[in-house]
Amino acid sequence: MSDKPKSDKPAADVPPVVLESGIEVKPIYSYEDVKDIDLESELALPGKYPFTRGIHPLMYRKRPFTMRQYSGFGTAEETNERFKFLISQGQTGLNVAFDLPTQLGLDSDDPMAEGEIGRVGMAVDSLKDMERAFEGIPVDKIGTSLTINSVASVLIAMYAVVAEKQGVPLEEIRGTSQNDILKEYIGRGTWIFPVQPSIRLIADTMEFCANSMPKYYPVSVCGYHIRESGANPIQEIAYAYCIAKAYIDEVKARGVDVNAFVPQISFNFDIHGNFFEQIAKFRAARRLWAKIVKNDYGSTNPKAMMMKMIAGGGGGGLTIEQPENNIVRGAYYALISALSGTQTMALCSYDEAYTIPSKKAALISLRTMQILMEEMGLGDTVDPMAGSYYIEWLTNEMEARIVEQMKKVDSMGGIVKAVSEGTVQREVALQAYEVERKIQSGELPKVGVNKYRTEEEEAREIEFHEHDPKVAEAQIAALNKLRAERDNKAVEDALNVLKEKAATKENLMPYIMDAVRAYATVGEITKVFKDVFGEFEEPVKL
Amino acid sequence: MKKIRVLIAKPGLDGHDRGAKVVAQALRAAGMEVIYTGLHQSVDQIAQTALQEDVDVVGVSIYSGAHLYFGEKLMAKLREEKLEDRLVIFGGNIPNRDILALKEFGVTEVFPTGAKFEDIAKYIEDNVKRGE
Repeated sequence: MSDKPKSDKPAADVPPVVLESGIEVKPIYSYEDVKDIDLESELALPGKYPFTRGIHPLMYRKRPFTMRQYSGFGTAEETNERFKFLISQGQTGLNVAFDLPTQLGLDSDDPMAEGEIGRVGMAVDSLKDMERAFEGIPVDKIGTSLTINSVASVLIAMYAVVAEKQGVPLEEIRGTSQNDILKEYIGRGTWIFPVQPSIRLIADTMEFCANSMPKYYPVSVCGYHIRESGANPIQEIAYAYCIAKAYIDEVKARGVDVNAFVPQISFNFDIHGNFFEQIAKFRAARRLWAKIVKNDYGSTNPKAMMMKMIAGGGGGGLTIEQPENNIVRGAYYALISALSGTQTMALCSYDEAYTIPSKKAALISLRTMQILMEEMGLGDTVDPMAGSYYIEWLTNEMEARIVEQMKKVDSMGGIVKAVSEGTVQREVALQAYEVERKIQSGELPKVGVNKYRTEEEEAREIEFHEHDPKVAEAQIAALNKLRAERDNKAVEDALNVLKEKAATKENLMPYIMDAVRAYATVGEITKVFKDVFGEFEEPVKL
Repeated sequence: MKKIRVLIAKPGLDGHDRGAKVVAQALRAAGMEVIYTGLHQSVDQIAQTALQEDVDVVGVSIYSGAHLYFGEKLMAKLREEKLEDRLVIFGGNIPNRDILALKEFGVTEVFPTGAKFEDIAKYIEDNVKRGE
């Protein structure tokens, strides 16, 4: 970075460019823009604090990012079959989709579940379904991500009991669960209980994992869905970090050492929009997280300071129009992700703007990642974007703005209050409206949507993932059989103990595991929690 | 002139509310009065709200693929509540081949993902029956 800049001024009069984050981009960057960066404290080598350049010294040179496509639908058997297919094709991690009744703690025979059983993911009523889904899949070798939030404690408990039955000790279990309820109130919407008891359940899983499941990531804080709901990239990171801090505060207040449990927090971030803005976002986010954990929490464990993430294609960037264009977008998102030092990649498949991915689409996503890593040299050297005048300047700029945004949340009374009252929800919804308005007016170009449309495209029918109503029948029949065959006295006893403990401050994980072992259903356990905790009342002010 | 009253509803368990909220803002910007139900609404709850708020339009947003299921149930319920003269509009991830089926249930119009705000607003203005 020593060549002398010729000029800092734009070469000619050009229209201004402003990123989604509100940052104005100059036509040319030079040494002048980066000369004040302290290499030692801000851009230390990969694997060194503050990890701007990556959390491991050798990154993909040593181990490629995990490739983990989201899958799972219908019954546990179908899901198991898709898992085995993806593993046979070289996928290195699993990511389970659950149907909406499961995500909302409803058994398949609940009237509110009707029409949704097995539709957007696998239906899980009891441990039986999880046993079938993971049959022949060793949970100490293949790390599985459970996309579940309100009832994550129950599904983690089931996963742990599946491991028990496979003969895998708790300390060897690999995997992640999403388990980030605060973002569910902002986007995605699978909340059940009020805010405080929901955070308590998350803290229970974090504390339990810190003590008993050291290789498991109980919480994946999701900026992803916040961005998908309309947040800009700055807000995506800022809100996610405020949320992560809320969970940390809760667990820390119980006397658990931050050096022990913070390393088990991971993040899930979004990629769509401006190419460079995303890369700078991730580098800034990594640096800032290290500073937060070190300075705000006094952590001395570098592992706690490392921001680990899954970052893949954001569905929000994909279009229902000319869906094959999404294959190209997905490839760029994957490139961004690889250039940003992600730990795990999952791409939205090209048909994901309108359905859950077909087998073919999921395979194209997997191949996209494999091509980057195995043909194109994305793993050859760590953080190849480092030292770019523009990228380093933008990384600094993003970091400063994320800090500002976090201060704004503090001044609103903190993220828990803002989410409970719906302030953040309203803000991102208004931004979503603005973005959509700009797309419709053409102000914000979207290829194939407000530009370069074709007639035949508009007439074309898209293919949907077919939902089989027989799934519901089979699921309900299996549930009835379970209720008839299990030891109902044992179930009742376990649920009674759980109810009693839920009213105390005790960690609920061991009691949830007992209920799960007795084959209590997700719905029955949720009912216990609803009785004790109540239900969330959504602030619906537009 | 009395403002057109619109209920934007999210039936069932689907939590994708970006579309619902965006359309709600757009219709408000077009001068209508908009009420949003929030998530996780049963068909009965939606019909009750439509009745109590005496809306002219019920806009239903679904992304999970369960539109046919909810279309049939909701239309039956609205008829039961004598609300069949209201416009019922569905939006979200709805394939062309299901539009006819929804209309057979009595849904007045369908605006799938990508529909323009001005088209939705114009449709409502042209077709709303004021119920007076």
